[in-house]
Amino acid sequence: MSDTQFDIKKYLRTQFFPQMWCPGCGHGTVMGALLRAIGDLELDNNDVSVVSGIGCSSRIGGYLDFNTAHTMHGRALPTATGVKLANPNLKVIVPFGDGDSTAIGGNHFIHACRRNIDITAIIMNNRIYGMTGGQYSPMSGCGVKASTAPYGVPDRAFDLMNLAKGAGATFVARTTVYHAKEAQNTIRKAIEHKGFSVVEILSMCPTQFGRKNKAGEAPQMMEWYKDNTVPMGSKKLADNPDLIQRGIFIDEQVPEYCEVYQENVIDKVMKKG
Amino acid sequence: MTKNIQFIPGSDACIEGALYAGCDFFAGYPITPSSEVAEGLSAELPKRGGKFIQMEDEIASMACIIGAALAGKKVMTATSGPGFSLKQEGIGYACMTETPCVIANIQRGGPSTGNPTHVAQGDTMQARWGSHGDHSIIAMTASNLQDVFQITVEAFNLAEQYRTPVILMFDEATQHLREKVVIPEPGEIEVVDRIRTTIPVGEQYYPYRTDENGQRPMSDFGAGHRFHVTGLHHNLLGFPDVSPENVNALIHHLVEKIDSKANELARYKEYYMDDADYVIVAYGTTTRSAIQAAEDYRNQLGIKVGVLELQTVWPFADDIVREKCANAKAVIVAEMNMGQIVNEVKRVVPQSEKVFFSNRVDNQIIKPADIKAALKMISGKGV
Repeated sequence: MSDTQFDIKKYLRTQFFPQMWCPGCGHGTVMGALLRAIGDLELDNNDVSVVSGIGCSSRIGGYLDFNTAHTMHGRALPTATGVKLANPNLKVIVPFGDGDSTAIGGNHFIHACRRNIDITAIIMNNRIYGMTGGQYSPMSGCGVKASTAPYGVPDRAFDLMNLAKGAGATFVARTTVYHAKEAQNTIRKAIEHKGFSVVEILSMCPTQFGRKNKAGEAPQMMEWYKDNTVPMGSKKLADNPDLIQRGIFIDEQVPEYCEVYQENVIDKVMKKG
Repeated sequence: MTKNIQFIPGSDACIEGALYAGCDFFAGYPITPSSEVAEGLSAELPKRGGKFIQMEDEIASMACIIGAALAGKKVMTATSGPGFSLKQEGIGYACMTETPCVIANIQRGGPSTGNPTHVAQGDTMQARWGSHGDHSIIAMTASNLQDVFQITVEAFNLAEQYRTPVILMFDEATQHLREKVVIPEPGEIEVVDRIRTTIPVGEQYYPYRTDENGQRPMSDFGAGHRFHVTGLHHNLLGFPDVSPENVNALIHHLVEKIDSKANELARYKEYYMDDADYVIVAYGTTTRSAIQAAEDYRNQLGIKVGVLELQTVWPFADDIVREKCANAKAVIVAEMNMGQIVNEVKRVVPQSEKVFFSNRVDNQIIKPADIKAALKMISGKGV
């Protein structure tokens, strides 16, 4: 379906617009990419469940006309696991923030990767706790200024792609809000993927991250994504290994949890009588 | 037809009750002494097409059953001690979102790791107030395994009727005790199924609007109504709404839907209460020793002692306890903690000075002799 034919409003609860994100926030672009990906797949509203946690990014569910749950801080993935296992016919998508997914929900994240349940996790990574006032997250990285790190963050960031890979996720990808079309296509592939899929989308927070780190306004932060990221394996990496790679790092087929439980447990036990 | 009579441990009585009630989803995490419930359901649920999942921690298993309930399942988790502390976040979310679920807390010694393999009743107040913010809760217990079965079925029923988490406050002793349990035939005990909306798909559905029957009928994720669930203060559509009038109505609803039904929710048993001069108020395992103490006093001294067993611990049955204790010369509250329900009894009995306390907190079951020691002190006569 081309963008010109696609009416994004069919997936939106427009009565709640304008949305609550700050001017220049990247999360609206993620929402657009997500809905266009769902449109590409021609999914029915009734067949999609969006389960989020707590934070700016996690407010996304309220704007989406699906089966939506805005859950507890860090607990989106285990709640989504219950939804999916209870009704495997639902396409379950978990859009949430870097703090939600990698700090308070870090344990749930690695186990969802390991379990390979058919859920698409979209980490809207702005490297900061926006809603609570700009405290540092496990994705901020050493030296970043934050309201709880006025002298710079002392600890290192996760490499989310390696974390997801190491934990066993079967689809692992990274993109940015500057690359909106790429984000749309990546999310589409992640939803199509049978198994646990992780899509990290770098998404700017000019209000909390940008100001404290002199990263400029939203357009400058978008430019930064353009200038400091490259497609996987780019030759530019030879000259500048600090460039952030975009692309699909892992895409492999491994038995999916709900199917394994159905076939190896329920079907077998019921056959035995 | 021969009756289905089993000689089973308390964990199995709880499992049988859950299955009888139609539980079809369990998420859990291993912890002593509740693990047998998870083990049993991991074997039994798939035989019936149900689902079992062992999650990465207690918090995750609580969140997981909430997600499954939203998708239409009758759900349960089981835990003990520190696990019950970790469940509190999710219990609050289930209260706020009015999601039916059953949490079995097989009590053990605390605080902290305490004693995983011995009995206590130290979580009574935590069941009521463990999660932050104003809310109410239903918590139930039992003292013998036939009642463990019965109360477990009722816990599922009440979770559906009241759209609330229900906590089963069993303990290590009832969990590991073995007794005869008669499993009723289907239909012998009423089973309440999910009360679902009759609003046609496509019409506006309010997940939190009370209907003419006093119910808030539910829909399932995927059923077509596409509702929103949030732990934020929300309106009848489920969307965030922090206006003072809305928040006030929400909090009043969450508390009053349970507290105003305390009499209807009260499950209790009376032993030798008709002519009792002394009343022992007990719940859970403690009841067994209370009954023995009462019998000894009656048989050996002719002193009329009765027992009021509370099966519904929360909401506290103010009116019933007040009425049953009204004519007693003295009331003895027996519990295996430093004093939790005793203060509730003092609150409702007109003369609080006639309420006495008998307890044990040394990992040992409270014995008839412990309660009789209190009776001797109060009545001046002992056996």
